[in-house]
Amino acid sequence: MPKIEVLEMSNISKSFHTTRANHRVNLRIQAGEILGLLGENGAGKTTLMNILYGLIPVDEGEIRINGQSVRIESPRDAIDLGIGMVHQHFMLIQNHTVAENIALGLSDAPFLSPSRHVARRVEEFGRRFGLKINPRERIWQLSAGEQQRVEIVKALVKGADLLILDEPTSVLTPQETEELFAILRRMAAEGHSVIFISHKLEEILSICRRVLVLRKGEVAGRAETKNVDKRELARMMVGREIIFRIERPHLEQGEMVLDVKDLVVPGDRRQIAVRGVRFRVFRNEIFGIAGVSGNGQRELIEAVTGLRKATEGTVVLNGQNITNASARVVASRGISHVPEERIKFGIVPNLFVYENAVLKQHRRRLFSRVLFLNYGSIRKHASAIIEQFNVSVPTIDTPIKNLSGGNIQKLILGREISSRPVLLVAAHPTYGLDVGATEYIRKQLLQKREQGLAVLLVSEDLEEIFELCDRIAVMYEGRLMGILPTAEATMEDVGLMMAGSLSGAAVETGQ
Amino acid sequence: MSISIRLQPRQEASAALQLAVLVLSLLAGFVAVGLVFVVKGVNPFFALWKILAGSFGSLYGISETVTKAIPLILIGTGLTLVFRAKFWNIGAESQLLMGAIFATWVGLNLGARLPAWLVVPLMFLAGFLGGAVWGLLPALFKVRFGVNEVISTLMLNYVAAEFLTLLIVGPWKGATQQGFPYTDDLPAAAVLPLIPGTRIHYLTLLVALACAVVLFFLVYSTKFGYELRVVGENPEAARYAGIDFLRTTVVLMVISGGVAGLAGVGETAGIHHHLTYPAVISGGYGFTAIIVAWLAKLNPLAVIISALFFAGILVGGDAIQISLGLPAATVHVFNGILLFFLIMGDTFVHNRIVVSRQRRA
Repeated sequence: MPKIEVLEMSNISKSFHTTRANHRVNLRIQAGEILGLLGENGAGKTTLMNILYGLIPVDEGEIRINGQSVRIESPRDAIDLGIGMVHQHFMLIQNHTVAENIALGLSDAPFLSPSRHVARRVEEFGRRFGLKINPRERIWQLSAGEQQRVEIVKALVKGADLLILDEPTSVLTPQETEELFAILRRMAAEGHSVIFISHKLEEILSICRRVLVLRKGEVAGRAETKNVDKRELARMMVGREIIFRIERPHLEQGEMVLDVKDLVVPGDRRQIAVRGVRFRVFRNEIFGIAGVSGNGQRELIEAVTGLRKATEGTVVLNGQNITNASARVVASRGISHVPEERIKFGIVPNLFVYENAVLKQHRRRLFSRVLFLNYGSIRKHASAIIEQFNVSVPTIDTPIKNLSGGNIQKLILGREISSRPVLLVAAHPTYGLDVGATEYIRKQLLQKREQGLAVLLVSEDLEEIFELCDRIAVMYEGRLMGILPTAEATMEDVGLMMAGSLSGAAVETGQ
Repeated sequence: MSISIRLQPRQEASAALQLAVLVLSLLAGFVAVGLVFVVKGVNPFFALWKILAGSFGSLYGISETVTKAIPLILIGTGLTLVFRAKFWNIGAESQLLMGAIFATWVGLNLGARLPAWLVVPLMFLAGFLGGAVWGLLPALFKVRFGVNEVISTLMLNYVAAEFLTLLIVGPWKGATQQGFPYTDDLPAAAVLPLIPGTRIHYLTLLVALACAVVLFFLVYSTKFGYELRVVGENPEAARYAGIDFLRTTVVLMVISGGVAGLAGVGETAGIHHHLTYPAVISGGYGFTAIIVAWLAKLNPLAVIISALFFAGILVGGDAIQISLGLPAATVHVFNGILLFFLIMGDTFVHNRIVVSRQRRA
């Protein structure tokens, strides 16, 4: 195949059932260019790229490479044409080495010792683009940033001229993001083209030359990044003005609600995931735990909410020791929990909206009599949550899986707040949500803080952490690198702490 | 030109569609069964007609069908529960046998001394207990040691069958049975009354119908029913909601095993009046009930209808075995094929089929 000089997608339309995922979308990218593809979740970015990569068939429209019409019916076709894609979730085999992963599915790998052949090429690409990876390391030994580099090299080794990156920075620290950007710039300089999918405006502005904005499946705008600012891009993306800074009024720290001391928690593979963590959360406060995921945050939260047993240390809520109490007891003592991966943990997809509205609370006196559930009051409760939290849903008799991510999250948040907790544990509450829903959920959290709630927030989104939290703890390899009042913290310091290269002054204020 | 056929997940499936798929799956299943008859050199329409005539075509046929539906209703309703929680109990056969063993012990030892109004309830209680204990074992194996319930329930079928055989050729062998491997006949007080002229032991039938109603309300209106649906649909969410997986599983298997045990009471005290070879006592009700529960879409009330349907096939199957000289296994082939088609039908409920024509470049 000749190298991709110009790739055009014209009048691309795709519908799922009755939803229009893409409607008459035009996209054009040239060699040596980094094109931003911006849009909210559900705007059709991933659909468009999945069409280009042959993962889903197109309804209408044409794809041309160097002016010639092409058919892409499978990823194999896409790869043969020089298109590569790095998915948001990596497709790597954990127990294999980097070279073995790359050799897998490579058509021109020799039959005997393919990984040795591949290792040479990995090193060659590494030198050319500054992609530092050791082909002999096993995937599970690598950080998320390194695994992403493996995915990029995998695509390059397969001969990709055009690289599609789907939300590539969502798993990276700020420093790793910078390294990724440096790699992308070098690739562009060598004549590769890159389509960079994101909903983060700063990133689009800093890495892309041009940007294509999608909204509800249609092109909402296109621009040269040097001519636009964040505000304008946001307007194109959402269709209305967005307030970037939410007001977080200063509040005096209230009484202590949660006291976690020297907590040690095992992980899934019996490794130690949390290594002696201590912190306190107070009323009228949002306490944030920042960090790249996989550094023990999940295990920490599970230990606090009764889903995982700690081997050492104590968890005290309002003076009562709840260390290793069951999830049911913990909930009844007043801890509610907005879990990460909302669809996997927070709801039962096939049950109706009203049935999901009382998950974990179905034993409350209000909803049950002796053995039986009181469906009358359950339905009333569900309707109340829907109204109060702006959940958009046709009726409460719909299976909850038919709701969008944002609406599911609003329902979960509403459910968890409606139990009048003393502590709300929220894990990645806005992950993957669109700007509108994100704004709404953040405002709700701040409002509850003003009403006296204590919030323990875990998030990878530093902007969110800085916007919402009164104090920030950074977690790295199972330890808190330090706890900083937000007013004294800088993005750079927190970023370095996330990477484990700066141990915070460990200023434990207010304790 | 090439034509591509793809499955796309469906958002919602209407009740009409579900019913249509059900009917079409059954029809397709019958066509496949028909092919089996053709291979055997029998006109499939004739065979089907014979089956229908055998099971529903006469008063005798209907009464036999109801008789065979009794154990299927009991076991089937119990299975709807555990299947909803995604616990694959395929050991109902042995839970039935254990129920029969426990009830027989009560009947033989107390039947001569106590009045019928006391012995019969005690036998049902003992039967429930026997099935429940046998159902409890795989539940505990699963939650304590992570043993796959398909393996453990299946294997326990053999254990129970061998145990029963051991009893009837050994310690429980009846003195009055002239050397046959039977226990002594149950005393009159321990024998279930029949509707005259039939083999319908109506007490068990009433118990079965009551079970279907009670379990229906258990699934749809109680806290426990809610929890078992959460466990079945999303175990991770159940854990998050503080639902005790161990307790739920154990309770479910006690119920499921227990009602299968009740079926064992009916078969022994209502039909055979003594314990004998496992294949005679049950003859596969525990397996047929799996299809019964599936056809009922795991709804305990609908089990009544699907149990009658499959009981009809069993009775009609016996009829063609005699009149057309087909092997006894025909009915099992029949049932197995229908189950396959019912399960395949679900694909069309959950997905839509998209056929598109594409021109290759």
